[in-house]
Amino acid sequence: MSLPASLSASAAANAAKPRVAGARKAVALISGGLDSMLAAKVILDLGIHVEGINFYTGFCVEGHTQAIRSHERDKPKRNNALWTAEQLGIKLHIIEVIEEYKEIVINPKHGYGHNLNPCLDCKGFMVRKAREWMEKNGFDFIITGEVIGQRPMSQRRDTMPVVARESGAFDRLLRPLCAKLLPPTMPEREGWVDREKLLDFNGRGRKPQMQLAEQYGFKEYAQPAGGCCFLTNEQYSHKLADLWQTRGTKQYELDDIMLLKVGRHLRPRPHFKLIVGRDEGENNFLNGYRRRFIHLTATSHPGPMVLLEGTANDDDLLLAARLTARFGRGREDALVNVSITDREGQTRALEVTPILANEIPAEWYL
Amino acid sequence: MSHSILDARNLLCPMPVIRTQNRIAELQPGDTLEIHATDPGTLHDIPAWCRIHGHEIVTATREDSEIRVTVRVGAAT
Repeated sequence: MSLPASLSASAAANAAKPRVAGARKAVALISGGLDSMLAAKVILDLGIHVEGINFYTGFCVEGHTQAIRSHERDKPKRNNALWTAEQLGIKLHIIEVIEEYKEIVINPKHGYGHNLNPCLDCKGFMVRKAREWMEKNGFDFIITGEVIGQRPMSQRRDTMPVVARESGAFDRLLRPLCAKLLPPTMPEREGWVDREKLLDFNGRGRKPQMQLAEQYGFKEYAQPAGGCCFLTNEQYSHKLADLWQTRGTKQYELDDIMLLKVGRHLRPRPHFKLIVGRDEGENNFLNGYRRRFIHLTATSHPGPMVLLEGTANDDDLLLAARLTARFGRGREDALVNVSITDREGQTRALEVTPILANEIPAEWYL
Repeated sequence: MSHSILDARNLLCPMPVIRTQNRIAELQPGDTLEIHATDPGTLHDIPAWCRIHGHEIVTATREDSEIRVTVRVGAAT
């Protein structure tokens, strides 16, 4: 096999591993969405051994909302990436990248998209992690479900080479769904895959993907790419921005970003905010965090678990208790009893008048 | 043949699956791993992960909020 002069250092390391002739191996980034599923299928059908890789950043929509919200609990639960792998008959390796991913979210070299979504840095990061996995496991190339023009930030003609370069994957990165519109990659040049069998999808439309899905007999598939990350969500990004701003530092822990997915968030004062459970599932979830926060619940009426993050004086606690009463069944009553427990477990009771809906400024809601 | 226990309680999916995957990577074919979890999603996700990797689910039970799944490690492929 002749290797091109542009062979990268990483590829050279990989080339040193023993391989069985003809049994080329590709690692496929599997999000659980349709595009990555189709890309993997295209390559599988060319006789390549494919295994999937999926990254857990902490911002994945996957699983959490279903596990927490009561009304979602009755829906059949599944991890879409695992489901996709099973449909394709491939292995799936799920890699936890919570700590490493912080740098991408906090300090993205290429900036954010419409919200706090660092899509271009994220794609480069994930392809880099896939490239490292490929080298470690003796695989030959990486495939993704990227389509030129599909995403405004990360999937553009001018950003695709950025991902290939910054990930260190270079021409071992193949995008089967739009490969015909891009320069030939190593798997194509070396004849591992037939370029003619690859596709030329382009733009934001979903029709070609849906037609191909039908052709393959994929009747069921998850929502398109982009919908799997909370950072593309405007409301979530607003809550994360608030967290950074009020703490005066762009840092987070996993628990912080988990709690941003749960409950109503209100910031009545700069120095504290409330997280209010919206149903039994969320109340149970917040209950698990109660020892780390001041927490409030109504005792005279059914109502939510409320966590208070920050510091609060007596006036603040009164306001928090009136808000707690507002979101419970006693909202129309003259008085509601609310218990307030501090981080040391000391509880006190307040009898309060629920705050009126029109007394809550819209800007308190994050 | 060894039998070990993995405490994945209070973790939300996909963390129990990731912990299972990483622990099984250290085990031998025939070994068993008993996973304790609380996220109902594990009852679906761990068996799905095992099916695609060729491991056997020995038992999967749920009592109140406590979920227990026992996996027998399959032959390495």
